[in-house]
Amino acid sequence: MSGFTSIVLTCLVFFIIYQIAKASELAAILRGEEKSKAQVNRLMAWLLVAFFVLGLYGLYECHVYLTAPKFMLPVSASQHGVQYDSMFTITLIVTGIVFFLTQALLFWFAFKYQSTEKRTSFFYPHNNKLELLWTTIPAIAMFVLVVIGLKNWNTMTDEAPKDAMVVEVVGKQFNWIVRYPGADGELGKRDFRIINDVNNVLGQDWNDKSNLDDIVLQNGELHIVKDKPVKLIIGSRDVIHDVGLPHFRMKMDAVPGIITTMWFTPLYTTAEMKEITGNPDFVYEISCDQMCGKGHYSMRGTVIVHTQEEYDAWIKEQQSYYAMNNADAAAPAENNAEHAVDSVNVVTMK
Amino acid sequence: MSDVIIQGPNVAHTHEAHGEHHGHEHHEQHFITKYIFSQDHKVIGKQFLITGIFWAVVGALMSVFFRLQLGFPDDTFPIMEKFLGEWAKGGKLSPEFYYALVTMHGTILVFFVLTAGLSGTFANLLIPLQVGARDMASPFMNMLSYWFFFLASVVMFISLFVQTGPASGGWTTYPPLSALKEASIGSGVGMDLWLVSMALFVVSSLLGGLNYISTILNMRTKGMTMTRMPLTIWALLFTAVLGVLSFPVLLSGFVLLIFDRNFGTSFYLSEIFIAGKALPNIGGSAILYQHLFWFLGHPEVYIIMLPGMGMASEILSCHSRKPIFGYFAMILSLIGITVLAFLVWAHHMFVTGMSPFLGSIFVLLTLLIAIPSAVKVFNWLTTIWKGNIRFTVPMMFALGFVSLFISGGLTGLFLGNSALDIHLHDTYFVVAHFHIVMGVSAFFGMFAGIYHWFPKMFGRFMNNTLGYIHFFLTFAGAYLIFWPMHYEGVAGMPRRYYDYNAWESFRQFGDLNEFISIAAVIVFFAQLLFVVNFFVSIFRGRRCADNNPWQSPTLEWTTKINPGHGNWEGEIPEVHRWAYDYKDDGNGNDFIPQTVPLKEGEEAH
Repeated sequence: MSGFTSIVLTCLVFFIIYQIAKASELAAILRGEEKSKAQVNRLMAWLLVAFFVLGLYGLYECHVYLTAPKFMLPVSASQHGVQYDSMFTITLIVTGIVFFLTQALLFWFAFKYQSTEKRTSFFYPHNNKLELLWTTIPAIAMFVLVVIGLKNWNTMTDEAPKDAMVVEVVGKQFNWIVRYPGADGELGKRDFRIINDVNNVLGQDWNDKSNLDDIVLQNGELHIVKDKPVKLIIGSRDVIHDVGLPHFRMKMDAVPGIITTMWFTPLYTTAEMKEITGNPDFVYEISCDQMCGKGHYSMRGTVIVHTQEEYDAWIKEQQSYYAMNNADAAAPAENNAEHAVDSVNVVTMK
Repeated sequence: MSDVIIQGPNVAHTHEAHGEHHGHEHHEQHFITKYIFSQDHKVIGKQFLITGIFWAVVGALMSVFFRLQLGFPDDTFPIMEKFLGEWAKGGKLSPEFYYALVTMHGTILVFFVLTAGLSGTFANLLIPLQVGARDMASPFMNMLSYWFFFLASVVMFISLFVQTGPASGGWTTYPPLSALKEASIGSGVGMDLWLVSMALFVVSSLLGGLNYISTILNMRTKGMTMTRMPLTIWALLFTAVLGVLSFPVLLSGFVLLIFDRNFGTSFYLSEIFIAGKALPNIGGSAILYQHLFWFLGHPEVYIIMLPGMGMASEILSCHSRKPIFGYFAMILSLIGITVLAFLVWAHHMFVTGMSPFLGSIFVLLTLLIAIPSAVKVFNWLTTIWKGNIRFTVPMMFALGFVSLFISGGLTGLFLGNSALDIHLHDTYFVVAHFHIVMGVSAFFGMFAGIYHWFPKMFGRFMNNTLGYIHFFLTFAGAYLIFWPMHYEGVAGMPRRYYDYNAWESFRQFGDLNEFISIAAVIVFFAQLLFVVNFFVSIFRGRRCADNNPWQSPTLEWTTKINPGHGNWEGEIPEVHRWAYDYKDDGNGNDFIPQTVPLKEGEEAH
């Protein structure tokens, strides 16, 4: 069936539905307009009640189904996330009460005060006391939510503890590059003008000695240590990305041209989380949460939370990016020459 | 007072035009000046509405296509290839076009349907009729407002067909993604057309807005003091104020983006390495664009909400046969919302790395908006309390509006609180929140308005049976589609993903996404039912026998059934009372029109 015929058929079906509906209305008029209006009014009042009751049941079923561990995130993997979770619960309770109260009143009033022949409406244009009452109550509720919110916001966005480990995460279309400061504990300078995808993905300035021991991971893995605060230095090479860490309840944009930061303290190692969730495939994921182009949905990174010993063992095996690069020196000369030209161009551009 | 405005051949003859036949043969006025380049506010309103409906169908169809991808990522739909050609080769949507569809769906629905289609329609139709003016302050500017919108529509429509596809960086079009052709295929010609179209759109919106404001302020009929105006007019006034003050800022943001794209400036670009080379731009700020964008973007939410609020107030009151409760509180809350609307934009940017202190201020201001919103909800509830409710189709939609406004508004308290937003930002929780509150709820306000004022627009009724079916399918469908999305968002599922299968954390929602997609397709067809009802009823609907079919006291129902250009034959009626006198008039009616003088001893509102 061609697209055209299906469109024509759809139109036809709709037209027939319209004719039937119209006929039903004409029939109603024949039966007596006033009477059928009253019938329809009663029917609608009952349908709204049915909608409300079925709706409540639906909400309950939906809630039970979707809050199963299979669907929801496991217990928060960061200290900030624990605060987030409790604040979420408080907000949910406050808004939940308002939700059920107002929806119930809406549907109840609609049903109770449906038009009947006998009823006349009550002329009730205003009451300042009531207005004052329902201005004050939401104001107080908002005040409470704001206080809780700002208290948490301040801890989450406060300076990272001094002993926090520092890791740089840089987004590019469409993956994450992670850099560790190496033995000297310092991330070397970067300059986007000397980036090249072969041997300097972050544009590290090799004149800066602190770059020489920096470790760069291009597989999107972020290795951190349980119970040790970690501060992420976040950047982007091209467009805006976002380091989304759903299990840690954290998120921060990666913006080209500026540096953003975010810190948190992981509470469970990946292995522990596998146990908690009972899922042997469990993995902490980094999702890109800011639309960044056609591969946005596949811009995936992972977080591996180690114990301190595991981490020490792991980092010992890592080679600095500079060293890997120098091992490359044995590679064909033309390759290197090309890079040299690249950087010359870049320098003149400056 | 405004007789001057309606010179021209149109005044005397138009009323006989809508007699038994729909043709235009016997018309004094030419078809083109009557229906196309018309300066009659009622015709312009209808033009906005019909263009809006066209865009709504296009935008909704786009959502059907990308919902098919989200719900059935492993299946193919050959029918999509019929519509989208190369973009859906073999019936499988390409990621590039998925993003283009998402972007255009947002742009179209937010701007073309819920801004132009909504306030364009009802501000045009209702302002002169309800304040008692023969037309807008400047009918010519008003006509231009529509035609700029039309041009914007044409350009946007063309952009759907360019080879590299339409803009695809999300409806917010954040640079650098939207600024660099290298970053995305949609950031090529498609993005240029998007910017041109939006610039035209801003012009249209300003021309319209200035007209609405000056008409309301200057052209009210004798006796129509500001505090006797229906709440629809108050709402449309503040809608226009929001638009006039914030759209220019958006335009400035767009102009800078055009410069960055085409003339080598660096307003938004800094330190970028893309497509294998480093760009020369240094010193710009990608975040600057977001500030400029959201300075409109947030008021825009209220530009979309306020007309619905105004119409829901009017309709709830009329069909409950009871005055709106707390008229002055309703106006004050509108003022509160309007002022706060300008002071909360950065709550869209809590995780952009902006100063946490600034974030705190915006949290405070954002949650303040909950107060006037709550006042409105409580006043609506009290309005129907002890009423005498007629469940007409417009009333059903107005009740649905309140229900959805509550549901969608409350989730704003999560997102406006930065410590929660830090997790929920850019997840499906956001999608659920704004679709319920400014998508479906605003649409319900619009539907309520269309069903209510259809007799004024076309002298006929829309079909009730279809109206009820449309209402229940949409009401239930909206909750079925968007309610479960909150849970996906709480689980951290990011929005704007083409496929979740590779994600250990999100792929468990496959079945749910399928369910949502099926509901979305059903709701789409329910909307087509409305479209059919609308267009067929224009010609075949039950004829309106009464000037005032809803027994409403407001001024628009004092005109004859199909008023000509100029609205009232003879003098414009004088107004003696407020718009909500639903009380016994002594002759067995339960309302007193605004034009009836106060009785002796009767207290004015």
